[in-house]
Amino acid sequence: MSALIAVAVPLHTAVKYVAGAYVVFLAIVLIYVAIMAKRLRRTERDLVDLRRELDEQRADDREVGRAA
Amino acid sequence: MITYGRRLRGLSLVTIATISLAYALAFFYAPEDVDQGFIQKIFYLHVPLAIVSLCGFIFGGLLAIGYLRTGDRRWDIRSYVAIHMALIFGIGALITGSIWAKASWGHWWVWNEPTLVSFLIVVLLFATYQPMRFSIEDPERQARYASVFAIVAGAFVPLNFIAVRLANQYVHPRVLTLEGGNLPASMALTFYIALLGITLLYVTLWTYEMAAKNARMQVRATRRKLLGEDAMAPLRRSAAPS
Repeated sequence: MSALIAVAVPLHTAVKYVAGAYVVFLAIVLIYVAIMAKRLRRTERDLVDLRRELDEQRADDREVGRAA
Repeated sequence: MITYGRRLRGLSLVTIATISLAYALAFFYAPEDVDQGFIQKIFYLHVPLAIVSLCGFIFGGLLAIGYLRTGDRRWDIRSYVAIHMALIFGIGALITGSIWAKASWGHWWVWNEPTLVSFLIVVLLFATYQPMRFSIEDPERQARYASVFAIVAGAFVPLNFIAVRLANQYVHPRVLTLEGGNLPASMALTFYIALLGITLLYVTLWTYEMAAKNARMQVRATRRKLLGEDAMAPLRRSAAPS
């Protein structure tokens, strides 16, 4: 196996790679948070639907009660 | 009723503070490496990501034992989220490692480097976890098979790690050894704070996803309770526990 030797790179080149690595990390975290926010919106929408369906069901029950 | 969101605010603040401190130390306190120069700053990100990712896979396996012991679906969800998060961290470790390799070795990837290849094998192994879940429709079987997979693959992680460490020929830089490593004190302090920060990030994101999954399940359970089974829309086929 040929030995790989880690060499120091000039500062102006190293800065680009280091910045790139940290930006990738930040991007991964932000993409994850954005996906989770989208899922949270879906849960909120489901809660609103549930509330509306409950109100409709209560209104129907009242109608039936009055008719009886 | 279990609530995951309660601790989330405090946990998030501690995580942000620790990560900010770690990377402030990395850039303004820790000295530049004599051999590698400024490029070594990537290690404060890459190595903690790799360590936390591997520990996350093991954590997922341990949580899966909980499911097989109790049959409680909550353990399966915990295991699923632990592996899911560890996979994201693993991909982060692979990308940041590749960036370092390109700068330092002149190659994005080196196939004859045991540590790189073994880490890739672990990540690819766990990348099959979600498709495996997706291929099983019955939720009960899905949880059982996924738990067995998580335990076996989780046990493979330390074995794989030890095998690579025992290999005679390796050129991957070592940050941690049983003798305490070869880092000067200022670099070691920065590294351990970065490791703590990334660990806290993992715990925070795990709690965040658990809170979201728990909220969704509570909504479904409430709908079922109030409106009956007929009101439930059929579940889409999913790799995620429902």
